[in-house]
Amino acid sequence: MSITMPEPDAQVLARRARIVAGLRGIVRGEGVIDHPDGLRPYESDGLTAYRQTPMVVVLPETTQQVAEVLKWCHAEGVKVVPRGAGTSLSGGALPLADGVLLGMAKFNRILDVDYDDRIAVVQPGVTNLAVTRAVEGEGFYYAPDPSSQIACSIGGNVAENSGGVHCLKYGLTTNNVLGVEIVLMNGEVIRLGGRHLDAGGLDLLGVVVGSEGLLGVVTEVTVRVLPKPQTARAILIGFATVEGAGQCVAEVIAAGIIPAGMEMMDRPAIHAAEAFVEAGYPLDVEALLIVELDGPAAECDHLIPKVEQIARANGAVSARTSRDEQERAAFWAGRKAAFPAVGRLAPDYYCMDGTIPRRRLPEVLQRMAALSARHGLGVANVFHAGDGNLHPLILYDANQPGELDRAEAFGNDILRLCVEVGGVLTGEHGVGVEKRDLMPAMFSDEDLKQQQRLKCAFDPQQLLNPGKVFPVLHRCAELGRMHVHRGRTSFPELPRF
Amino acid sequence: MATNPSLRPVGTGELADAIADATRDGRRLAICGGGSKQAIGAPASDAIDLHMSAFSDVVDYDPPELVLTAGAATPLSELEALVASRGQALAFDPFDYGRVLGGAAGASTIGGVIAAGVAGPCRLTQGAARDHLLGFEAVSGRGERFVAGAKVVKNVTGYDLPKLMAGSWGRLAALTQVTLKVLPRPETRLTKLFVGLNLRDALRLMATAMRSPAEVRAAAHIPCAADYADRSVTALLLTGFAASVEARSKMVDALLDLPGQTADIADQASTEFWRDVAVTASLRPDRPLWRITAPASRIAAVTEALGLDRRDQLFDWAGGLMWIVYEGDAAHVRAAAEGAGGQAMLVRASPGLRAATPTFHPPAPGVAALEARVRRAFDPLGVFETGRF
Repeated sequence: MSITMPEPDAQVLARRARIVAGLRGIVRGEGVIDHPDGLRPYESDGLTAYRQTPMVVVLPETTQQVAEVLKWCHAEGVKVVPRGAGTSLSGGALPLADGVLLGMAKFNRILDVDYDDRIAVVQPGVTNLAVTRAVEGEGFYYAPDPSSQIACSIGGNVAENSGGVHCLKYGLTTNNVLGVEIVLMNGEVIRLGGRHLDAGGLDLLGVVVGSEGLLGVVTEVTVRVLPKPQTARAILIGFATVEGAGQCVAEVIAAGIIPAGMEMMDRPAIHAAEAFVEAGYPLDVEALLIVELDGPAAECDHLIPKVEQIARANGAVSARTSRDEQERAAFWAGRKAAFPAVGRLAPDYYCMDGTIPRRRLPEVLQRMAALSARHGLGVANVFHAGDGNLHPLILYDANQPGELDRAEAFGNDILRLCVEVGGVLTGEHGVGVEKRDLMPAMFSDEDLKQQQRLKCAFDPQQLLNPGKVFPVLHRCAELGRMHVHRGRTSFPELPRF
Repeated sequence: MATNPSLRPVGTGELADAIADATRDGRRLAICGGGSKQAIGAPASDAIDLHMSAFSDVVDYDPPELVLTAGAATPLSELEALVASRGQALAFDPFDYGRVLGGAAGASTIGGVIAAGVAGPCRLTQGAARDHLLGFEAVSGRGERFVAGAKVVKNVTGYDLPKLMAGSWGRLAALTQVTLKVLPRPETRLTKLFVGLNLRDALRLMATAMRSPAEVRAAAHIPCAADYADRSVTALLLTGFAASVEARSKMVDALLDLPGQTADIADQASTEFWRDVAVTASLRPDRPLWRITAPASRIAAVTEALGLDRRDQLFDWAGGLMWIVYEGDAAHVRAAAEGAGGQAMLVRASPGLRAATPTFHPPAPGVAALEARVRRAFDPLGVFETGRF
């Protein structure tokens, strides 16, 4: 555990009873939890290597309560960590010992659906899949589909700008959200965007999405819903080499085809998935591609032979096309179960999330194998191949002294490698706690300070989810200071005051 | 009074110095790309023009990666030709404002397009400039170079500042370089035209088409089309592989049982039709032009509230975007837009009207205050606050 959180404020901890009482004045009954047994379920999110019991948990039910809680905490100088369903893989909802954990699970209603405007207005605690369930009767769905969609909440999706296997074609959360209601740390309730495109003004909605719970607490979300494609078919293609699979992906895109999904798995991931769900994956290949095409049946019929031809030209050793929905689901079953499947190979696994330019994939996998040997830990790879988003799963045993630290060191080396080849630290899981201290690998000091100045515009006391995303916390007054610049003049011809 | 001096920095270092000098001296800078949108906003103040023309190189373009990086002053037309030569396109469908504002086409730069959030008819389904700006490099109002986003198509590392920069109209930072997502250029473009529908039926038709799985790319309604004897034209665009477009065209035919006259136009004619929609070619030039966005289901309320003539309206984005020519009181337009759950931007007007009328729809007080704080976060001394907006 290499990441340290801000030192708890002893004065705040000493006031715990008063803080609990103050919160009970706003949220009655069971909505405030302070008993140790009640706090334990909140001590971590999907990044279970990090745990911290929160000072107190509050579960508000109305925007008004959220606003009052935040306003009260703001006045008292108490930190707040918002939490959706707690499925973050980057520790975005990791509590603070001296902080209030603000759970949004009770915001679980779908408020409005308008099929003419193709929108749904939902509360943030509604699960991702529940949005699709609410509209599928009319032939609609909500496009972003993170693997955790059965559990993860829309509010969390907004905070993390979640993706999924279909985002090359249909975009991430940010491309599918039209409006939000948020509460700022001072209790102010603000609406950004609306029920339509281009609501005007600075695109504050665009920065709130993906802000990892640092800018405001989302209390309502308006999303776009799309008509479900008429058909979807998947092709399962095995390759003798990773290079062949990578080249196939590039040539599919070069042929003008944007598949609904294009997923790659390496040999360890294929074997783990097949052993787990018996999806019918070939076991004698080095890389497996799932290419899914959707749209009218005529489009799928037209494109499937094209993709098969490109695959053969790049050395595919097997190719099967789904004949019905059952078979398509079977192809996906292995991929969707890849994380738990790999989880059976070792007591623990650590999921990484870098993005690379796709053309660098063979080199990255080779260097990752070398890192695997150096750190003495296995790794399996699943890859959103269409958009270059790599999920290496590092295998370790937390009960073996030092293995977690080695897994983290290995993971950090992988992410630095992603940045080195022109990629990024995180494609869809967020920075959170996990990648916080790696941010300087990708951004300069000034880049990070500029981002933090944005934070100051929303939350000048930095009470909302501090300790996440940014490796060094600067005070807003310090960030805002202007320094005399270099002390020289490039344009002496300019008239001056 | 002599014309204001102008600056033309040749690199990021010089640009940073120019901005820092201006902040120190209390001068204001007006960031200039190609000047195609100069007639939007309040007329020129005493700000110094900051020309970005040196930042005009294509830095990197790797078609299979779907990523293009170019200097902010690269002409839009140059980038469109470049990606077209590799069978790709800028999917947010940018267009050149020159004709809308009574000038010539061709001056637009990619930085200006991004800064103004320009997106054409396909924005309905393919996203706006904000959705396709992956990363950028800029110099802030502090005179500091910074980058945000990245040069890959999928990234959530740090705040999504590219979203904020798109549509910021040069009020946060001077963009020097942008990285855009590009997409394959569709093999076929087919436009289905329906002639003679009234507004209510046209909005119904577009909503029905958008609800269907026919994957309609764009949808527009021209209430008074000169090419069709001043009758109305409602248009649906289908793009993609020929086999798919053909199937979806049949799907649309089966879906819409229409009394009106129908026709299909393809290829060049289709491209020109939609370019005319983007630049409001059907509306009378030289009159005040407003751009209203609102939920399509409520947009007809604007027509009613303002008592608009057929000739003075144009509907894009299946009714979610409405361009109007209106010579009455600006407050009436804003009230009508708000009444429909939307907002109105003043695009074209006389210098006098532009000086007296805020370009952008006034936000709610809390949002306005937050916007001001965000602007100060990038530009603490207001070096880019030229009084234009």
